[in-house]
Amino acid sequence: MPIDPGAFRSSLQDARAGACVTFEGWVRDHNDGRAVQRLEYEAFGELAEREGERILAEARQKFGVLAVTCVHRVGVLEVGQLAVWVGVIAAHRGAAFDACRYVIDEVKARVPIWKKEHYQDGSTEWINGATRTDSGQPHLS
Amino acid sequence: MLNLSIQYFAILREQRGLEREQISTAAATPQALYEELRAKYNFSLPADRVRAAIEGEFVASTTPLREGQTVVFIPPVAGG
Repeated sequence: MPIDPGAFRSSLQDARAGACVTFEGWVRDHNDGRAVQRLEYEAFGELAEREGERILAEARQKFGVLAVTCVHRVGVLEVGQLAVWVGVIAAHRGAAFDACRYVIDEVKARVPIWKKEHYQDGSTEWINGATRTDSGQPHLS
Repeated sequence: MLNLSIQYFAILREQRGLEREQISTAAATPQALYEELRAKYNFSLPADRVRAAIEGEFVASTTPLREGQTVVFIPPVAGG
């Protein structure tokens, strides 16, 4: 089910908000020097939802924003399609930008979603992303 | 021996060839269990790159395992 950015943006209405910041993650046609044809996303849904909600709650708490939403697709996506959407509204733009950045960075580091790249030459590869260790320190491959 | 339900995702699912299975193990922690499964099925990821979840929640790799739990191994995440 494609993400409808307009619908999600409309859900963030609040008269107290002077700023709305959104992020869109698109499927790119290249990675690490290889030509990408499509991506396949897989999620451990139960924990992905729970960890995602935790990240949103952290963002609200840390940045004092009025509302924040994140949606991530799973399944096969073609180049140019929208994989992830983050939207934040706040009284002022500083908090909105900071919270939006925080959410996408944390989602990429913590949420149990995996990406398999399909290349032009027919090969595929699971991308080794971030592993936050038990100590909470990010470990990037 | 503990009887556990294991769920696999992504590269682990492909390398194991299953999404889930019931196992019996003498391993006491998720880390020990992963090492056991890794040796048996030749998983490419080392234990320090794999996190564990028990009953749908992240746990430390040294958390004691209990009878009947559902353990999920989490390869390095790559969302977004």
